[in-house]
Amino acid sequence: MSHDPNHSHGDHGHGEHSHGEHGHDHHEVPSDMALRTKALESLLVEKGLVDPAALDEIVDTYENKVGPRNGARVVARAWSDPAYREWLLRDGTAAIADMGFIHRQTEHMVVVENTPEVHNMVVCTLCSCYPWGVLGLPPVWYKSSPYRSRAVADPRGVLKEFGVELPPGKEIRVWDSTAEMRYLVLPERPAGTEGMREEELADLVSRDSMVGVALVNKP
Amino acid sequence: MNGVHDMGGMEGLGPVEHEKNEPVFHHAWEGRALGLTLAMGAWKKWNIDASRHARELIPGPVYLRSSYYEKWLLALGEMMVQAGLVTREELESGKPAPGSIKADPPLKPDMVLGTLGKGTPYTREVADGPRFQVGDRVRTRNMHPHGHTRLPRYARGKEGVIHLHHGAHVFPDSSAHGRGENPTHLYSVRITGRELWGAEGGERDAVHLDLWEAYLEPA
Repeated sequence: MSHDPNHSHGDHGHGEHSHGEHGHDHHEVPSDMALRTKALESLLVEKGLVDPAALDEIVDTYENKVGPRNGARVVARAWSDPAYREWLLRDGTAAIADMGFIHRQTEHMVVVENTPEVHNMVVCTLCSCYPWGVLGLPPVWYKSSPYRSRAVADPRGVLKEFGVELPPGKEIRVWDSTAEMRYLVLPERPAGTEGMREEELADLVSRDSMVGVALVNKP
Repeated sequence: MNGVHDMGGMEGLGPVEHEKNEPVFHHAWEGRALGLTLAMGAWKKWNIDASRHARELIPGPVYLRSSYYEKWLLALGEMMVQAGLVTREELESGKPAPGSIKADPPLKPDMVLGTLGKGTPYTREVADGPRFQVGDRVRTRNMHPHGHTRLPRYARGKEGVIHLHHGAHVFPDSSAHGRGENPTHLYSVRITGRELWGAEGGERDAVHLDLWEAYLEPA
C-alpha cells in the first residue's frame, strides 16, 4: 500500500485551518475550537446543566490518576505470579477488578496473551473503543482514520510502521472492539528479566505494547 | 448505517502517525470537551449506543476532517437539542433563552471518581441459552440497516468460527434508537484474513470481532 504524504488525513485535520499542513496539525487546532468549547461550557454552566468543578475533576482523573501505568502493573503481576496470569486470561474482568482498575470503558475485559506463535493487536474500526481503566484515554493514532481503516486489512504493514516486524510464520490476531468488551494485550516477557521485581517490570511495559503495536524489550 | 465511520479495510486515509510522549490532551479545550460530554451524560438522556450513533450521523466529509473531540462536541450538541436540554438557538447564541430556569447539575465534583470508577456494565441475564457454542461455524449476515449497527461492512456475509461466548449484552441496534436493551448473546467470532480479504489477506492472520447473535446464522 502506498501513501501520499501530501494528502491531509482524517482525524488530524482541522478543516480550512489546516490546508497544506501535514503531520502534527493537531498542535495547530484553530483557536476557534477553544472559543467554541468555552462558549458551550459557559452556556451549560449558566443553565445549571454542568458543574465546572466536576469537569476539572474529570480532566484531572485522566491527566493524573488513570493511565497506562495501571495496565503495566497488571502485566507485571501476571509475569510474576503464574496463578494471577491464569486468572487474568480466564476472567480478565475479575482479575483487573482485583487491582482496583475497573472503570468506565473497562467494564468487561478480555486479556489476550502474546506467545511465540500468536501476536495480538487491538483496534476499534467503528469508533475508538479502548480500555480506559487500564490504559487511560486513547492516543491520537489509535483514534485516527489511518489506524482504524488499516489495522484489520494490513496488520503487518501497520506494525511495520510502528517498527515491529514479525516473522511470516507468526499469526497476527487483530481484535476489533465492536462491542463493550475491551481488550488488553499481555505482551511476551522479555528474556533477561528473570529476578526483576514487579515494580521494575512494570517500568518496561509501554502503552503501545498493551495495544499490540510494540514489543517489550529487555532493559 | 453504511457511513464513513465504518472504515475497516479502507485505503487512502494516510499513514499512521505515532507521536512520541503524546500528552493526554493536546489542548485544554479537549479536556473540557471530554468533561462536558461525560458530565452531560449524567443527565441520562441518552446511552452509549445513542452517543455513538450521534457521531455516526455527522455528515461524512465533516466526520473525516474533524478531530476526535470535535466529533464529540458536534454529537453532544445534537443530543442535547434532541433531548430538550438546550435549544438550537441557545447553542448558536451561547446564551440561555430569556426566562429559562436554572437546573441543578447531576454530576457533582465529589461524584466524579466514583462514577467513572464504577462504569456501566452491559451484561444482562436472559432466559434463553446461547444458540451457538464455541467452535461452531457461523456466517455473518449480509445486512445493511439504515440505523446503528456494530457489524462492520468488511465482516458481512463472511464465514467464521465462534471463539468465545461473552454472555448476553445490551443490543446496540435497538438500544441506540430507544427501542430497549433487547439483551442478546454476544460472541467473539474469528474470521480468517483470507476469508475477509481474499488473496490479499494474511495467510496466517485473523480478525476477531465481537458480534451479537442477531448478526449470525449457522454456516
